[in-house]
Parts: sequence; structure tokens; C-alpha cells
Amino acid sequence: MGAEVTPTSAIVDSPAALRGPLAMEAIALCKDFRLGRHAVLSAVKDVSFNLYRGAVVALVGESGSGKSTVAKLLAGQERLTSGTIRLDDRVVDVKGRHDFRRYKSEVQYVFQDPFSSLNPVHTVRYHLTRPVRLHQAHKSAEELDRELVRVIEQVRLTPAQQFLAKYPHELSGGQRQRVAVARALAAGPSVLLADEPVSMLDVSIRLELLNVLDTLRKDFQLALLYITHDIASARYFADEVLVMYAGNVVERGPAEEVTQAPAHPYTQLLVSSSPDPDDLGSMLRHGGKGSTRQAGEGAATLQGCRFHPRCPFAEEKCRSESPPLLAISPSRAAACWRLDVTAPAVVAQARGGGEGETTS
Amino acid sequence: MTTTTGNETATSTVQGGRDATSAGREPVLEIKDFSVVYRTSGGDVHAVDKVDLALHPGEVVGLAGESGSGKSTLAYGACRLLRPPAAITGGSVVYRGRRLARPVEILGRHPEELRELRWREIAIVFQSAMNALNPVLRVRDQLLDVVEAHLHLSKEEATERIGSLLDLVSIPRARLKSYPHELSGGMRQRVMIAMALATDPEVVIMDEPTTALDVVVQRDILAEIVELKQELGFAVLFITHDLSLLLELADRVAVMYAGRLVETGSSDEMHHDAAHPYTKGLLNSFPSLRGPRRDLAGIPGSPPDLRGLPPGCPFLTRCAYGTEACSRVDMQLLPVAGSPDPTHVTACPFVLPSTPLKAFVAPQASGAPVAPQVGA
Repeated sequence: MGAEVTPTSAIVDSPAALRGPLAMEAIALCKDFRLGRHAVLSAVKDVSFNLYRGAVVALVGESGSGKSTVAKLLAGQERLTSGTIRLDDRVVDVKGRHDFRRYKSEVQYVFQDPFSSLNPVHTVRYHLTRPVRLHQAHKSAEELDRELVRVIEQVRLTPAQQFLAKYPHELSGGQRQRVAVARALAAGPSVLLADEPVSMLDVSIRLELLNVLDTLRKDFQLALLYITHDIASARYFADEVLVMYAGNVVERGPAEEVTQAPAHPYTQLLVSSSPDPDDLGSMLRHGGKGSTRQAGEGAATLQGCRFHPRCPFAEEKCRSESPPLLAISPSRAAACWRLDVTAPAVVAQARGGGEGETTS
Repeated sequence: MTTTTGNETATSTVQGGRDATSAGREPVLEIKDFSVVYRTSGGDVHAVDKVDLALHPGEVVGLAGESGSGKSTLAYGACRLLRPPAAITGGSVVYRGRRLARPVEILGRHPEELRELRWREIAIVFQSAMNALNPVLRVRDQLLDVVEAHLHLSKEEATERIGSLLDLVSIPRARLKSYPHELSGGMRQRVMIAMALATDPEVVIMDEPTTALDVVVQRDILAEIVELKQELGFAVLFITHDLSLLLELADRVAVMYAGRLVETGSSDEMHHDAAHPYTKGLLNSFPSLRGPRRDLAGIPGSPPDLRGLPPGCPFLTRCAYGTEACSRVDMQLLPVAGSPDPTHVTACPFVLPSTPLKAFVAPQASGAPVAPQVGA
């Protein structure tokens, strides 16, 4: 796996770039985990993308696809096996606590589970005071208090003083998650990494939190990485969508295009698996077998395309050679050898706009 | 138990069943006027308040609502699985099984007698498979436990039985030797389903069985549940907060809010002609993957404190259509005017399916939470 031809990732224009200046670049990130004496799991393989100020990039995939590992790499919580991260045009090289703290004031992380990411024995005030003290210049008690009120009002928890005095157990799931967002914002970051921020919340509450995040993105020109397994929310929330499978980015492009006309067979599977109340002739109600079986455990160590055991279109080449991310159009790319078969319409449309002739 | 019996027959019976449901046949589980409170030092929390719900044979009924709306309390309460401080304060739960000579009033039964009913007749798939399986026992031993306790089989028969159970949920028999931590989340959930079905129950209660799973795995498991249901003929009470899932999966959907049922109806009706403002809000709060992009509104605010609710509609403080008259509503479920589905009932006497969607106007900070006017 290590010594194969390194796939040169297609260069695509991210639709997120239209929103604002470049904030963070992830270049060919790789992360291997050692499992045993000789076993290595490459959890993230050759993942590249950019985050822009004021834009949302969504990373979509199933559990185990490596999307959280990517976020942890960007947050500096895991060491890169290879690859480069650039923040504001400078290569990130965190050595020692001081560097790490400075990096953290620019790049913040929101965890999935608001029930375990807040300390149950401390008040909201305590949770927010720490990042303000750590990351912002020295403040008097009065200034600090004003800052705390500002931070908590940003996430629409009012009246502020009342919420500052509360303990996590006195808050609902949605309120807790907003405290977690407020805590991340208290550091004054330019990049926010949100790892499944709404998946633990009720459907009716999710929208509210996403709206809060969206407002913050606009107001503070935050560069947002939104990690989710819910591709429908990515459609509404993100500018660009990257779909990950077994450590690889298998498809990327503008959110609307990727969700409405998925090109990669895995994206197609994801889209067709999402609940669809409009589908009254659904297989669910009439019975019939579900989709292909779930991810094989060894997907990350497979020869060839990592999706081929589940792929209905797989042929000989897919079993032997790993496909690089190939550009379909200036803003879209997919890693599949058989795009002509899997998504003929998408390919034809892209070519029709560009070169014209279909070559295989 | 054979998987080979044609799918067509199963499908046709169920489709027949879909039409026949709630028409003539008697429900297999009938919950009436059921109330549960949690006794706390701060007062009684009315977690379930006078709920009526019927489950017909072979039917999938979806129970939707936010966390804290009382949906799990209702289901567990109906099986008398709640511990103090929870207390059932009223109502009746009647179970009519094919294997039983006459209907059973669950609430009036001696706890010892309930043992014969639980799992054998009414089984539950619990919410978190991670915690519901015993981490120090192999899958085989956990399944054997169930089969031996409830079916009184010989060793060989029991072993054969659990093997076929794993076949049923498409897990290789070799996995019997595994411990729960050696299985993926989806597999664990499948084992839970196999355990629930081990005794061939007539009612299966599923409490958010797929919430922690990925969409692809979720769909796999749901398809499997539907298939098993058609094969084995049990009825399902499916609890979830994900209404979009229910609309696709369930025959009928019941929506709970603050311990009360606010609307029930066939899933088609609920999807296209929802009457209650809360249901409308739920429908308008999840992003859809297909079709044009819609403006999503969501439901502002959070559920009320269930200790000492004010009279009238508990949804009033979050409702876009709220008026003063709402504080006098008695929350009776009434048939929706002009609906082709006679089982479609709503607790809101003011808002109709045709009432246009309206944005919520936050009430003035101190004043009574009354929004300006009713939608036309």
C-alpha cells in the first residue's frame, strides 16, 4: 500500500473560495495507526482541501471513514504521519506548549457529545472563563465579565447572567452544545472544527444550532469544517462537500451538485440510504433486501479501490489499482475508475461544457 | 422460520394488512388513558398524561417526539418496566395475544405473572446496544440465556435456535463466540434484534434502535426489521425523534409532546396533511436531500417543565398560531376535518392541514406568551 504510485489529487476550484480569503490548507494529509507488530491501519490517506474564511466545508462519511481523524490532525491533537498543514500561509509546526497554545487560539474544536465534553462539577462561567483567560490579553474582572456575556450571547443563550451561573446538568442538550460552541469562540479562533456538532441532538433542535453556527460564520468570518454523517444537512449548510470512505476522499464538489447528482458509487449509496419521506414506494415498506452489506473491516488495508467489495460497478482494474481523485469539472472530482458507467450524466454534462468528445 | 417462503406472499398479506389495520381487527396492544408521573422533591413530573394508543397485529406504529416528551416512558410504562420514582397513576393496557386464551390487563397483573408476558409476548430492543449487551459474556451465552429462560428448550434445540436467530439477522454463526466489543455497532444492534425476536414475540418495542448508527447501516437494519416483520408477523412500536425516518417506515405515526399525544394518523396523512402545529414544525425542521431546497424553520424554544403545566395546550409557548383560546383547550384528540383518514386525529382544534405555515413571533420578554393572531 505504501509504495504504489502516489495519486496526484486533482486540483479543483473550491466553491468555498468565493466566500473569503484562504485560512487553512491541508495538503496530502496521511495518518497511520500501528495496530500490531506489522499491521498498520492507514486511517487517513492523501487528503487535501482548503478552508476559507466565512465558508463551510463539510466532511461526510460513515463512522470509521477517517473524518474525525482529519479534524484531530488539523486541531493538532494527532501527529501527522506525512503531509502539511498551513495556517494563514505559514506551515504549521507546533513544538512545545507555547506554540500549541498559540495555535489553539486560532484553531478550535467542538466535540460531538455535549453530555461528556462539559465538566459536570463546574458552571458555565468556569467553562468560558478559562479560554478567555488563556487566549485573550489580560483583563480586569469587569472586562472579563463583559466578555463572558458577549460570548454567551453570541450563541443566543439569554439572559446571559442566568446561564453563566448554571451547571451542565441544568441545561438541555442543545443548550449544552451551544455552551461548547461558545467555549470554542471564547478563544477568538479563525478556524472552527465542528465534529458532528448536532448528531447527538434532537432533530428539532439541530436546525437551531446549525443556524447559530451559520450566523457566527458570517459575523466572524469563521472558516468552518463541518463533520457529519448526515449528507442532507451538509447540503443545506455547506459550500463544499468532501465525501470520505476508508480514509480517502472519494468525491468532492459544490454541496448542491454532489448531493443532487452524486458521481461516486459510495456517495450514491449514502444519498440513497438517507431517509426519504417522499419515497412512498420505499423498499422499507414493501420489504426487500437493503443495500450492500456494511464496510468490511479490512477496507483500509485493501488492494485497489477501497470501495470495490461493496461496489456494484467494480471490475478488474478496481481490484488492483487504487483510483486517484480525477477532476470531472473545474469544481468537482471523484476517485473512481468507472465514472462513465456510474455517473454518465454528470460526466457528459461536464464534458459538454468543456472538451466535447468522450474518451475513455 | 424459513427464509425461503416467497417474498410476494408476505408482501401481499402486509399490504392487505395495511388497509385492514385499525378497521376491523382488534389491536394486539391497547393503551388507554394511560398516565405516568415521576415523583420528585420538586413536585410530580407528569411524564405521560392520559395517552391512548393502539397497536394492531402486523402493524408498525411510529412514536415521535423530542427527548423528554415521554415516548420511552410510555412504552416502558406499558410493560411495567419503570422503577420508582416513576408511578403509573391511571389507565389500562390490554394485551391480546394469539397464544393467550383471553386478553390480559397488564396493569392489574401480579409482577410474577408478568414474567411470562415479557419477552415471550412483548419484547424490547433497547436504545443503546453498546450498554444493553453484557460486555463479559459471549453473544452465544446471552442468546442462550433468553432462549432457556423463556422457551424451556433442550440444549441442542436451544443451540440450533440461536444459530437460526443469527441467520435471521444476517450475522455469521461464527460470531456466536464473539464478545460484544468485538462486533461493530451495527452488528451489536442486530444481535439485540435477534435477542428480542428469540421467543417469537407478538409485539416488539424498538426504542431508537438505529439512532447511533450511520445512515447506510441504519437503512440495512430497518429493511431487515421490515422483512422480519413480514415473515414473523409481529407488530412494532417504533420510538424515535427522527420523523423523516418514521414517515418512510411506519404505517401510522403518533406524535408526542410534553407527555401527551398531539396527533396521530397514517404516515401518508401525517406527511402531506399534518394538522398540529408541532407536527408541522417537526416536518419543517429537517433538511431534505431530495427536491428543491426549502426554507427551514425548526421549532424555537425548548419543551416546558412538566411539573405543574398550566392548563390548555402545552405547546402554546412555542406555537406560531397560539392565541388566548389555546390556554383553554382540553387536549382532546379530535378527527381532522375533511381528512380521508378516519384515524387522523389532532389535539389542536384551531389549525388545519391547509393552514399555511407561519413563522414564530417571539413573545415580549415579560408579557404572557401570546402570539398576535391565528393564521387564516
